[in-house]
Amino acid sequence: MPDSPVNKRRRYLVAATSAAGGVAVLAAATPFVLSMFPSARARAAGAPVEVDISKVEPGMLIRAEWRSKPVWVLHRTPEMLKTLPELDSVVADPKSEAPMQPDYAKNEYRSIKPEWLVLVGICTHLGCSPTDKLQPGPDSGLGADWKGGFFCPCHGSKFDLAGRVFKDVPAPTNLQVPRYEFLTDTRLRIGEDAKGS
Amino acid sequence: MTRSQAFLNWIDERFPLTTLWKEHLSEYYAPKNFNFWYYFGSLALLVLVLQIVTGIFLTMNYKPDATQAFGSVEYIMRDVPAGWLIRYMHSTGASMFFIVVYLHMFRGLLYGSYRKPRELLWVLGVIIYLALMAEAFFGYLLPWGQMSYWGAQVIVNLFGAVPFIGEDLAVWIRGDYVVSDATLNRFFAFHVIAIPLVLLALVVAHIIALHEVGSNNPDGIEIKKTKDPDGRPLDGIPFHPYYTVKDIVGVVVFLAVFSFIIFFMPEVGGYFLEYNNFIPADPLKTPPHIAPVWYFTPYYAMLRAVPAFLGTQFWGVLVMGAAVLIFFLLPWLDRSPVKSIRYKGPYYKIALTLFTISFLVLGWLGTQPTAFLGAIGKTEIAVVLARLFTVVYFAFFLLMPWYSRIDSYKPKPKRVTE
Repeated sequence: MPDSPVNKRRRYLVAATSAAGGVAVLAAATPFVLSMFPSARARAAGAPVEVDISKVEPGMLIRAEWRSKPVWVLHRTPEMLKTLPELDSVVADPKSEAPMQPDYAKNEYRSIKPEWLVLVGICTHLGCSPTDKLQPGPDSGLGADWKGGFFCPCHGSKFDLAGRVFKDVPAPTNLQVPRYEFLTDTRLRIGEDAKGS
Repeated sequence: MTRSQAFLNWIDERFPLTTLWKEHLSEYYAPKNFNFWYYFGSLALLVLVLQIVTGIFLTMNYKPDATQAFGSVEYIMRDVPAGWLIRYMHSTGASMFFIVVYLHMFRGLLYGSYRKPRELLWVLGVIIYLALMAEAFFGYLLPWGQMSYWGAQVIVNLFGAVPFIGEDLAVWIRGDYVVSDATLNRFFAFHVIAIPLVLLALVVAHIIALHEVGSNNPDGIEIKKTKDPDGRPLDGIPFHPYYTVKDIVGVVVFLAVFSFIIFFMPEVGGYFLEYNNFIPADPLKTPPHIAPVWYFTPYYAMLRAVPAFLGTQFWGVLVMGAAVLIFFLLPWLDRSPVKSIRYKGPYYKIALTLFTISFLVLGWLGTQPTAFLGAIGKTEIAVVLARLFTVVYFAFFLLMPWYSRIDSYKPKPKRVTE
């Protein structure tokens, strides 16, 4: 009889056993899922790096490597800084509202000291590394009204000299400013500041 | 009883060898009116075997290590005897796999092979297509060239666009903060072990499902409805020897084309093997133009066509994913009373033509930088085109319930036509 108490009890036991088995399968999957997260070695390689900026002339850009990502340190000239307010109307997030920088870089220049710009050189669209097009004008290949900035060759996103993204390009947000601090006037630590990493 | 018969009996009592042979070959009745389009199923099977065999031999010399991978591929190409041949067979095989599979799928669209009772057969086929895409994607990282590296970077970052968990998900897939040695190692594991196993199991399921419902045919009618007194379909012929022999003709032609490509144009102008991939991966420098291999470019064009809004580029990812997954729904979108294009009306013919054109144009756009057709004002022409054809692509599916219902049709015959 399908509804006899014995069968009910049997169905209940089958369901309970299946549920317990399902939980066991999920638990057994844990080590495999965990093993795919970054290993201790990969996490250690994500430690902060120090950069000597004493030899970086105004207008010059150097590349450091942090977590295997390119980090740009740009020594901006007064002319470069002057272009930023002029672009407020054509960039998507002029006031850096999106959380793409530590609080101390949420300002007009997106930096601690106006002349020193520190950026993670990875496009916020799909992770290509944009090319620096620091020189203004038509020679950049980006039109006569180009004021200098960065151009991503993958999908054509454009950023200004503070890493702010232009409107109507694929990248949704400004370039990321990593946590950093000045150890001395000529020494930067990237990936960590006094408040943490 | 001869000795060989006795031996066969001995086996049959322990393993259903004769039964299997009859069920799937000598007494599997396939419609007698198969045409050119019916080569591609067996050819897909051939390429699968080729890829597995060449893959095994490549693995003997390849090193899945970020410092050695690129060099080991060059070692295979230059120093391993016949290594260049095996590698070109594998790289050409990858592209040929997609050509054959796309034509196989197109056959399904032509003759309504996804319609009842073949819905599950079609669904299994789409899962195979997904597995194949995963297999190709994982494999493409292994040579560790610039395009391998940056292609993987772009695709993994697609998962980074998923709201909330995206960033962690991308780190989990890579096993590092960027594409690195850890990523290469796990992609190797997926490419060489995990996905091939899944693929083989799916192919077996696909064939079991096919042999359960029987093959469709260019007339789109069920041959099982008209049987002779012995229960054999009147319009069916045994798969072996009739179609085994026919398929061998297809194999010969295919291998001729395959050999021509391998020996005379293995790179196919940068489409089968991209030029940027002959430069070792450099995590600090992106090549000026990134494009996936041709078989992914239709979807890539769609990805680029969708602008970011609400502060995320997830919409493009969504559209791209939907473009692949929408194939699953096809059996339930088609409301036409007939299966085959031979008896369908003008609406379906126009829709399929537009769909095919949009797939090809999107594929072509995806291989090019977005600026390559110039711009009107600030709008790039290529992006506008990609948007237009993305709409056409989706319209083929989404409007199908409507146009397939109101479309005219010719009555289908009772028996297959010659």
